[in-house]
Amino acid sequence: MKKKKQSIEEATILFASDSGGGAQSIGTQMTEASAIAGNDVATLPDYPAEIRAPAGSLAGISGFQLRFSSLTIHTPGDLCDVLVAMNPAALKVNIDKLKPNGILIVDIDNFARRNLRLAGYSSNPLEDGSLTQFQVFPIELTRLTREALKDTNLTQREVDRCKNFYALGMVCWMYNRPMDYAFQWLEEKFATKPQYIEANTLALKAGNIYCEVTEQFATSYEIKPAKFAPGTYRNIEGNMATALGLVAASQKSGLQLVYGSYPITPASTILHELARYRNFGVKTMQMEDEIAAVGVAIGAAFSGALGATGSSGPGIALKAEAINLAMIAELPMVVCNIQRAGPSTGMPTKTEQADLLQMFYGRNGESPLPVIAASRPSDCFETVYEACRIAIKYMTPVIFMSDLYIAFGAEPWLIPKVSDLPAIDVHFPTDTNGFEPYLRDEATLARPWALPGTPGLEHRIGGLEKEDVSGNVSYDPDNHEQMVHLRAEKVARIVDDMPPTEIFGESGAELLVLSWGGSYGAVRTAVEHKQAEGESVAHVHLRYLNPLPKDLGDIMKGFKRVLIPELNLGQLRLLIRAEYLIDAVGLNKIQGQPFHVFEIESKIDELLRGAA
Amino acid sequence: MKNRTSSPIPVAVQTLTKQDFTSDQDVRWCPGCGDYSILAQTQRILPDLGIPKEDFVFISGIGCSSRFPYYMNTYGFHTIHGRAPTIAAGVKTANPDLSVWVITGDGDALSIGGNHFIHLMRRNLDINVLLFNNRIYGLTKGQYSPTSEQGKKTYSTPMGSIDNPFNPISLALASGATFVARSLDRDPEHLRNVIKAAFDHKGTSFVEIYQNCNVYNDGAFFTYTEKETKADNTVFLEHGEPLVFGKDSDKGICLNGFKPEVVSLTDGAPTSENLITHDQFAEDRTLAYFLSRMTEVPGLPHPIGIFRSVEHPCYEGMMTEQINTAKERMGEGNLEALLNEGDTWVVE
Ligand SMILES: Cc1ncc(C[n+]2csc(CCOP(=O)(O)OP(=O)(O)O)c2C)c(N)n1
Ligand code: SF4
Ligand SMILES: [Mg+2]
Repeated sequence: MKKKKQSIEEATILFASDSGGGAQSIGTQMTEASAIAGNDVATLPDYPAEIRAPAGSLAGISGFQLRFSSLTIHTPGDLCDVLVAMNPAALKVNIDKLKPNGILIVDIDNFARRNLRLAGYSSNPLEDGSLTQFQVFPIELTRLTREALKDTNLTQREVDRCKNFYALGMVCWMYNRPMDYAFQWLEEKFATKPQYIEANTLALKAGNIYCEVTEQFATSYEIKPAKFAPGTYRNIEGNMATALGLVAASQKSGLQLVYGSYPITPASTILHELARYRNFGVKTMQMEDEIAAVGVAIGAAFSGALGATGSSGPGIALKAEAINLAMIAELPMVVCNIQRAGPSTGMPTKTEQADLLQMFYGRNGESPLPVIAASRPSDCFETVYEACRIAIKYMTPVIFMSDLYIAFGAEPWLIPKVSDLPAIDVHFPTDTNGFEPYLRDEATLARPWALPGTPGLEHRIGGLEKEDVSGNVSYDPDNHEQMVHLRAEKVARIVDDMPPTEIFGESGAELLVLSWGGSYGAVRTAVEHKQAEGESVAHVHLRYLNPLPKDLGDIMKGFKRVLIPELNLGQLRLLIRAEYLIDAVGLNKIQGQPFHVFEIESKIDELLRGAA
Repeated sequence: MKNRTSSPIPVAVQTLTKQDFTSDQDVRWCPGCGDYSILAQTQRILPDLGIPKEDFVFISGIGCSSRFPYYMNTYGFHTIHGRAPTIAAGVKTANPDLSVWVITGDGDALSIGGNHFIHLMRRNLDINVLLFNNRIYGLTKGQYSPTSEQGKKTYSTPMGSIDNPFNPISLALASGATFVARSLDRDPEHLRNVIKAAFDHKGTSFVEIYQNCNVYNDGAFFTYTEKETKADNTVFLEHGEPLVFGKDSDKGICLNGFKPEVVSLTDGAPTSENLITHDQFAEDRTLAYFLSRMTEVPGLPHPIGIFRSVEHPCYEGMMTEQINTAKERMGEGNLEALLNEGDTWVVE
């Protein structure tokens, strides 16, 4: 049969299976293969909280959404072109994400009455006409995989675990992806279990051939490489980029990195990643709780190391008192908050941006700290690096914010040259002449970083209020007020160390969309679309949240209206209104899911119509 | 920067005196507080330890006792309530060359910091912990603490405390501490010797010091510290020696089943051979733990001295070893190579 090859701009695929059923694994394979083929890619893994909920149940479904494109993209896509659902539960959880007329691939062998009941279907959706708006491909995935692997010596259980690679083989055919990357990955992953390499390779090829020979699949698609700036690229997840950024700052500053942490989703993978870098002198310390984790970072900073700690909202809450100690002791440290949906334990495997005010105000007393946030997976590298630079230069803890969406999401990253990274200068005083623990640098107001072990500079620091200059304990009323102002002024002065704010679009347009953190992608895409339609809209994305850029007030005044989309009930909006007396409008979503582009577009439409 | 891989090595330094370790800050404890003596003995013994002054770091939590670092002319960090062990762990891990000391109270170490305390003990960093046990919250003006005896009447327990107290020595031993000792604020010489032994021990050294709070819990330990009663109510532990005590060394401790028992050595019958002999170097913790329980039995003397002193690898040393091994195996980390690790592709 002659097959058609059609060229398209982009595609979005969602793989869904039981947790542990391989959706994440084949999603990652397809991502790498697409990135290497030169597409721009963006991913959205969606994990259940349960590690292994009962097979076939709705609670246990794990999804991996992947978008690849010949154009530059900023999000993993709102709706999907293809949904691969390994069982009825995977179908039920995800069918709303499939575009009308989208391709639905299901393992029909898993649609027995028992599976349907587990997923809460009273009738079989493949037969009851409820899926007529989609192109449904019911495939006997289980039977076909068993057939393909009948000559291996594996148990049936082991054979069935290769089903996901059969499905991957099919998708590779559909999008003309070479399978070399997957072959190579299998070789590495199962280096000690060659029987699995063989089995998965067989499944992969069989799935690919199945599409080639059956008439069901008439068309395959081709997506041209995207245009990228020249350079070397790799695919990177947010947390990986955060870990690399910390190592880079350690190497560039010449300080050893001490990272204290206590496992928590979605921050743990930073700890895992850093634990691999002992040959960089990285000291990771998994502590008994989050307080101990920040404690070791503070102690390390006192000894002259680059101290860092990472957690998510609940753990950051535990760290608050110690972060405040580092603030008043004026020690450099980086605190990474990889946000997840709260409050309390909330929805640990879902994303949210609702910790902003916690980071600003979640400590007792006047406790100003620099707060900066990453916008995309690859941006975590530069942003956490910047956090380290500020911490050391200004002798202050710095809050680095990320969120689950960008922590687990992946995209191509233009790998920077080490020589292009900003310098991080470190000065440890040794001169005893005129040394005072709280004698500040005139420009930055930073105090000296005098290390234990330095003869003649012995001094005591602590959480009690300090006398200006000498650092001795002081209860003097005027001194307290002065120190409160000095600490605030020190943070405020960082504005002079920040690049001018970039405006995407014309300043003076009708509407400015102002965003921060992981909402970058959806907002930028929506604004691009609206600009292409000729709408008067611009976008400003904030990396620096405290202090806010000094040009921001004037920029905002140049627009008729300001829209602030956030995955919270309006936290940045509260700060912007308070700071600038600007009546910004919010678009607030708090469902544990990132913004869809269309949600932002329709809000833009609404406001522009309203403004007209 | 100095070489930061080895442990504190005694080097020849110009002779220091107690004065060198005294800061210019006025000491602000109540007159008569036991903390004065502990401060004085520490300041007296440090010059004899053979390491330069700048290598000492005193780290404390919050409490009367935790004011200690302000009075020492060394590096110091008065941190937050209960967390000194964590900050000390960071200091020592980042720079194993420093001599790191934790100053803490019974509330600081055992209530709010209880979790960090047990984990510090099990990790065995080379840190010395001095716990000032006054069986009361001093700084917050007299509430019962986790070492206060059941029934204790305080501001927060007008009808008497209903909590069971901790036994700090038992807790440290159970947590795996490699050096565990008890001393007395009112026995300067013993205190100095124990502090020196704690310093000499490589690994976490835990010292419980009976400390009198003359304002909120006056006389809590007088039975064990005052001339009239001390000898009959304490037994000083000496390695390899039988447990003998009493004004005239006329009493001993022997084993009756699994229970310690006081026997008279004057009645002729038992000789010192029947007595328990102390072995502070025993790898097995049973004897040390057994001795630690003596304070729970009315009528038995409180053991004072070193319960246990065994050498185990230190956390920071193992960390350094892992770093060296990783460098041997993979080579010194190269940032450019790290950033370019994995599957990369080039866009022309
Ligand atoms: C987070 C926190 N909770 C409570 C306090 C109040 N506080 C200060 S010291 C203390 C108890 C100190 O008792 P202890 O450790 O026995 O020290 P002492 O004063 O007896 O030497 C308390 C409850 C505090 N400073 N911080
Ligand atoms: S309250 Fe007690 S422990 Fe505190 S300084 Fe006074 S006497 Fe010492
Ligand atoms: Mg106390």
